[in-house]
Parts: sequence; C-alpha cells; structure tokens
Amino acid sequence: MSQKVLLNATEVNIALHRLACQLIENHDTFSETVLIGIQPRGVFLAERIKLLLETTYKVKNIELGYLDITFYRDDFRRNEKTIKASSTNIDFIIENKKVVFVDDVLYTGRSIRAALTAIQTFGRPLEIELLTFIDRRFSRHLPIQPDYRGRQVDAINNEKVKVCWKENDGLDAVYLIKN
Amino acid sequence: MSELSVKHLLGIKYINENDINLIFKTADHFKEVINRSIKKVPSLRDITIANLFFENSTRTRLSFELAEKRLSADVVNFSASSSSLNKGETLIDTVNNILSMKVDMVVMRHSNPGASIFLSKHINASIINAGDGAHEHPTQALLDCYSIKEQFGEVAGKNILIVGDILHSRVALSNIFALKKLGANVKVCGPKTLIPKHISSLGVTVELNLKKALEWCDVANMLRVQNERMDISYFPTTREYTQQFGLNKKILDSLDKEIIVMHPGPINRGVEITSDVADSSQAIILNQVENGVAIRMAVLYLLASKLQRNEN
Repeated sequence: MSQKVLLNATEVNIALHRLACQLIENHDTFSETVLIGIQPRGVFLAERIKLLLETTYKVKNIELGYLDITFYRDDFRRNEKTIKASSTNIDFIIENKKVVFVDDVLYTGRSIRAALTAIQTFGRPLEIELLTFIDRRFSRHLPIQPDYRGRQVDAINNEKVKVCWKENDGLDAVYLIKN
Repeated sequence: MSELSVKHLLGIKYINENDINLIFKTADHFKEVINRSIKKVPSLRDITIANLFFENSTRTRLSFELAEKRLSADVVNFSASSSSLNKGETLIDTVNNILSMKVDMVVMRHSNPGASIFLSKHINASIINAGDGAHEHPTQALLDCYSIKEQFGEVAGKNILIVGDILHSRVALSNIFALKKLGANVKVCGPKTLIPKHISSLGVTVELNLKKALEWCDVANMLRVQNERMDISYFPTTREYTQQFGLNKKILDSLDKEIIVMHPGPINRGVEITSDVADSSQAIILNQVENGVAIRMAVLYLLASKLQRNEN
C-alpha cells in the first residue's frame, strides 16, 4: 500500500476559503439556507465551513444539521458487514429552505442519492445543492454532480481518496491511497 | 462491533453483552426516525417477514408489525385461531408452507417453550422469538433494559426488582438474563409458590416481603399473574395476592426515594398495580411501548443485514 499527498494543510485551507466565498456568493446571508453534513465524514467539513463563514466572513446564525443515510442506502445486504448507523440531528425546519449537502468525497454518487431520499422525510426543501471537497471524476454511477467542489481528482477504482481533518485525524490533508 | 453474533434472536441467553449494546445503539437511531413526521425508512424493502402468532398477543404483535412496516418490509400475518392448525397440520409443515412463499424472516409466538429454537433447526429463515411459553421473550427484555438505560444512563449497578408470577413469566426469565449480562443487581419478589425453586442459580436474590424489596430497588417491574398458565391454585385469592404483592400509592409514598415503575402489559388494574400508580409520573409503561418499536426495528434491521442475499 502506498499513499500520495494530494493536498497539504495549506492547500486544504485555501480550498476551504474558496468554498466559503462561493457559498456566500450564492446564499448571501444564509437566511433561507441550511447546511446539512452527511454522516459520518461530511460532518467535519460542514463544521469547518460553518466556523469559517462565522469567524472570517462574519455570516451570523448559520443552521447546520447532520443527516445519517445508513437506512436509505441501496447496498443493504450487499456488503459483507452490517453498516453502522450514525446519528441524525436536524433541529430546524427545512421546508422551503435552500439545502446545501456537505460531504467530503463524491465518488459513485450513491450516498448523495440516499441523502436525497433521506432528506425528504424532513420536508420539501426549495432546492438542494451539493458541496463536496473532493470530486472523483469519471467514477459516477448516477447522474449526480457537485455545485461546489474543493478539488477534482482522477483516481482509478482500486485507489482510495482519504480526506483527513485536524479535529479527527490530527492534521488537514488529502491522500490518494493505492492498494 | 457492528454485527450481531447470532443469526436468530431465540432468547437473551444466546446473545452477549456486545449484541445487546449494539441493539441499543441502533435503537437510538430508530427512535429518532420514528419521531419524525415521516417515520419510514426503506432499508428492508426487499425483505418479507411472516408474523406467526400461535398464541394471543396485542402489543407485541402490533409493535412488530409497526416496526416491520416502518422498515418497509412486506408483512404477512398469521394467527392460529383462523388457520389450518385446527385441521391437524404440524408446526413445521405450517411454517414450511409459509416459507415456500419466499419469506425471509419469521417472528413467532408459541405456547410451547423452545418452539422457536426447534424451528430454527429445521428451516432456513431468520427467526425472532416473540415469546415461547414460559421460556423467553427477548425483545421485551431488551426494551425493558433500554427503558431503564434511558432513565438512568446505564443499567450496570442498578437494583432491579421483578415482582409477581416469576414461575410462569417469560418476561421475568429474559429480563433476568439481560439485566445480569448488563451488570445490574436483580431481586425477585412474589408468593413463594410462584418463585422457581432454583432461581438463585441465575444470580438473583429472593425477597418475600414487598415493602422490604421496594426499599432496596431503583426500578420495580410489576408482572401480571398469568392465570391462563396456572393449572393449580398458587395463592388463595386474588384479593390476598393484591394485599401482599400489589403495588399501590400508599406503599410507594412510604418509601424514602422515588422509584421507577415498569409493567410489560397487559395490566390487570387493581391486581398487581393500582390505577393511580400505573398512571403516575413514576410509571414509564407507555415509554416502554414506544421503545418497543425502536428496539424491534433495531433487531429486525441487524438480523436482516445478516441474511444471505439470493444472487440471481
């Protein structure tokens, strides 16, 4: 197994700032917009973006929720192991809001498909956008594309892209792992 | 640990502490799901479940059916009273016929202890025991322990009292197994005739005086007197039973601490528990029912994920 650094801490930071600015361009004060971090790994990115928007760009009162998609996945019983669920926590109303899904890696698009189903149980959003930190090109199984992307990556199927966050993994970085 | 160690849920005896904790963790998530406005998830949409109730049930059957439907499973129901069992068909034949209709899981209640274990050896589907005679009722014990955990944060170290007809109660046996596995202290209380002789071998203590037992406990789980399983008279009159072992407001108020009161249902109001206690804020009887759905969803989900997928 070998691993290559795709983005180091400085590059991660630049991408985060750019994503935050692009969000502000489209959502202004966030009065009608909510962020939804996709469990488990999208949560770190969502929290980081919220923090950045609030501290650096002085956007107040951003609503952030967490959505677990385990029970909505289409690979139930197709995996060797039982998929472990995480908690969902959305304590605000999403009806008629602009929802931005936040996830770390967009690969086949199946997680986002599940998230689109899962979010419906909370109401009917006005629109849904997708922000992803890493967009793995040419690997989609479904017609799903991100509205905001940190970096586009070409990786073949037996390679894995791992996004690490300071608060969980000790440092900010993106790795390409080859088996 | 993200997987159960068993293929069937036949009894608490056959699962371990990790299994119980995994079921509780999964139930937490399902509890959140069933409190949404849309309470349904699509996880089990390609799974068919047969509910075979060879013995009467209201709560457990409704609870299982609701859990199955909220997981999007297809459900077929069977009750003994309206079936061909009356025509002399055996248990295995009945179940095999149902299974030929491509059923993946079976939830079964039967009046014979060990019926679900017997079935698990003969058929090729995942089996959940919803009560087998006076043997086990695992999902009830799981939801009872889950409700205790919800009240206190943990089950370990808590003093749990089970009062009533211990001899005929599958709820008592399953609860004892589950509570002991989770590290609780368990005491049973009831008429001497309704306490099994060798109960102490399960690691529980016996107290015949209700007042003393209540003073010791954090939680009192009141059981129903199972008249339908009694072939002889175990106590003189119901009135005398109520005087000795019935839980009323007076005795509850005389304790120096507030205890939690549980009951697996159905309640015989005025026999093992008075109405003012059953409806008081100390009773968590209706929480138990709500938790029952979440626990059963968790059990179904975790067992279904272990089913072999038919590749075709």
